[in-house]
Amino acid sequence: MKDSVTAENLLSMRGVKISAEIDGNWQDIVHGVDIDLKPGEVLGLIGESGAGKSTLGLAAMGYSRSGCKISEGAITFKGQRLDQMSEKQLQRLRGSKIAYVAQSAAASFNPAHKLIDQYCETPVQHNIASREHSELEAIALYRQLQLPNPESIGFRYPHQISGGQLQRAMTAMAMACKPDLIIFDEPTTALDVTTQIEVLSAIKEIVSTYNTAAIYITHDLAVVAQMADRIQVLKQGNTMEIASTEKMLSDPQHDYTKTLWAVREMSRTAKVLSDDYVVEVKNITATYPGNDLPVLKDVSFKVPRGQTTAVVGESGSGKSTTARVIMGLLQAQQGSVIFNQKTLHKNYRKRSKTELRNIQMIYQMADTALNPKQPIYEIIGRPLAFYQGIKGEENKRRVRELLTLIDLDPDIYYSRLPGELSGGQKQRVSIARALAAEAELIICDEVTSALDQVVAEGILKLLDRLQQEYNLSYLFITHDLATVRAIADQVIVMYQGKVVDQAPTEALFKPPYHPYTEKLLSSVPQMDSHWLDNLLLARANKENEKANEHN
Amino acid sequence: MKFLSLLKQAPLSAQFGVLVITLYLIVVIFAPVLAPYGEREVLDSEYLPWGGEYLLGTDNLGRDMLSRLIYGARNTVGIALVTTIIAFVGGGLLGLVAAIMGGWVDQLLSRAIDVVMAIPALIFALLILTIVGTSTTSLIFVIAVLDSTRVFRLARSVAQTVVVMDYVEAAKARGEGLWWIIRKEVLPNVSAPLIAEFGLRFCFVFLFISALSFLGLGIQPPSADWGSMVRDNATLITFGDVTPLIPAAAIALLTVAINFVVDWALHRSSGLKD
Repeated sequence: MKDSVTAENLLSMRGVKISAEIDGNWQDIVHGVDIDLKPGEVLGLIGESGAGKSTLGLAAMGYSRSGCKISEGAITFKGQRLDQMSEKQLQRLRGSKIAYVAQSAAASFNPAHKLIDQYCETPVQHNIASREHSELEAIALYRQLQLPNPESIGFRYPHQISGGQLQRAMTAMAMACKPDLIIFDEPTTALDVTTQIEVLSAIKEIVSTYNTAAIYITHDLAVVAQMADRIQVLKQGNTMEIASTEKMLSDPQHDYTKTLWAVREMSRTAKVLSDDYVVEVKNITATYPGNDLPVLKDVSFKVPRGQTTAVVGESGSGKSTTARVIMGLLQAQQGSVIFNQKTLHKNYRKRSKTELRNIQMIYQMADTALNPKQPIYEIIGRPLAFYQGIKGEENKRRVRELLTLIDLDPDIYYSRLPGELSGGQKQRVSIARALAAEAELIICDEVTSALDQVVAEGILKLLDRLQQEYNLSYLFITHDLATVRAIADQVIVMYQGKVVDQAPTEALFKPPYHPYTEKLLSSVPQMDSHWLDNLLLARANKENEKANEHN
Repeated sequence: MKFLSLLKQAPLSAQFGVLVITLYLIVVIFAPVLAPYGEREVLDSEYLPWGGEYLLGTDNLGRDMLSRLIYGARNTVGIALVTTIIAFVGGGLLGLVAAIMGGWVDQLLSRAIDVVMAIPALIFALLILTIVGTSTTSLIFVIAVLDSTRVFRLARSVAQTVVVMDYVEAAKARGEGLWWIIRKEVLPNVSAPLIAEFGLRFCFVFLFISALSFLGLGIQPPSADWGSMVRDNATLITFGDVTPLIPAAAIALLTVAINFVVDWALHRSSGLKD
């Protein structure tokens, strides 16, 4: 907590209602929310998607997305009413006094301009600094944010630097005019845990150095615990609970807040690994066509039958590529995939129908995995008709059965289109499609990463139940270690195309650790507001020790 | 019924377009009933003025202008429609195949199409029509082939964005054949731009045929068609008579009407609200 509690509010939002136009009618999506922010304070806004977090964050700049409007309430920033200002006056404030950091830096930067040009745009336009002066400032900020080669990195284009670096460059850009308030909208959601730490510590450092107030929007409790002084929990456009971070973590009051907390605790007792393997991957080396660098280097592992094998690693570690090799969608240069003691052909086109049926995949983005023009009964009914020749009334009956199995009411959902389902429901339909094929092995590629925690928990429980009922084997690809703990019996850790660690789940989460596994494990944010500080301190100490040893 | 309720919410321009197209269709279907005289009958002296026995006067050979205008709708619109359909089925299908198969199939088809496209369409059409002769069938096929190159390009490029979707990969991994993937996975997702293009292409084909007819290589006399009607009666313009402009206006009106409807269809498929 900072000692500015008595100071005047920097931002105060009173009874803010925001409505959106849905099919020609204006409906409230935020129902009268109050937000107070003192100078230098960091407020965490958390909630699931659809809670109105981003909408409120934008409203704090006096902005609403097209199709939305701020219908009621007062938004006061430094004594000025933002909701009564003209667009021109608002523009003068935005960028100079209030800044915004978006979730996807890659999508928010203009790909055609160099980073430093985009940095200098705002201060020059607001007549705060000259071009030369702001370039120098940019380099200083890049250095402070620990970007590599601060003098030259600004002269690169957005696609030439990594996602974590981009997100830091964007934070630097938000600081360009030394604003009083920055709104961070899920700045680390799209990043790996190891990169997330760099961005989090950069943001934390900047905010405390310049004593900038911030609204930090996220759905990840452990992240918000590191960043915020105070946490406000939102659900469907209403405030559920507001408390200081420490109090919120130790003693949540509202039932909804408690359920959010409970999700993180999900785990299961891993089974003893069976020595009957459904799939064996042997010494796979693979490259993408037209590229000489191997994406997979000598990858070998076994997937026990009726159990779950998790593959974890950062993005680019080759997890999904492994899945594509098993599916036969990518042909490996070397090595083989053995399914039920039989070597599979490298190309899926040359595999038999039964072999294809036995390995099914569930994709990360259910939006693109389901054909938007096919109704649910066709999506689920097709594998039945294609593999088993089940047609007509029998097909109808089986589809309804499968829908019931995945907890979707067949009377309601049977003939809907994917666009009429929520994210979690779409993922359930994907699962039903894999079940319809009666596959032995289901490859789940980041199936819960695009979902809210509560919804993701439902999907994991469903997968677990189906495994027990049908003795399914899963190859579960994920970057989230909490998910691994919740579902896996065996874990394979991948790093830069190699398997670096492989162990039963319980053993993996216990010392002695493999060095990379340890880094991965320690990077997962904990529900402790001092976790980030302690971790950075510990890592710095380790570096020092190493340096001392060298001397 | 569904179409009618949709039409009620449509903008005025689209309603107007649908009305005009419907009127044209009625004229095309009921031409023999509606026309007061035969298509090829020489009835009276040439270039008779409006009114009296012949509502729009007579043409350069003394045929009834109104009757020829009505039959002309049948010839011009009918041939243009058949041509566009052939161009779309051929070009569209090849475009989808090229996008789905990729690799050498795509290369072969795309480069072949590039060669055809490199030659200006009107000159190419004139050339081939002079060689193979100007029967209606050859006219249809020559224009269809030339037009299918544009359809191929569009179908290929919109299909390429769909082919990379996970659901297409899932269908391939399931073991589905090419025909299923074209028909069930890709086509429904590219139909909106293709339908919009169909409207536009139809207009172009229509204008192309009229242009060819005007040059004397299109629909051959004595069949009535709007393009050659403009040419045959063009001299009247010098005398301040607007009669030759009526078939030209018929072409223009249909083009505008179709574009209104296409705009509406595009707008609906893009999902924009305003």
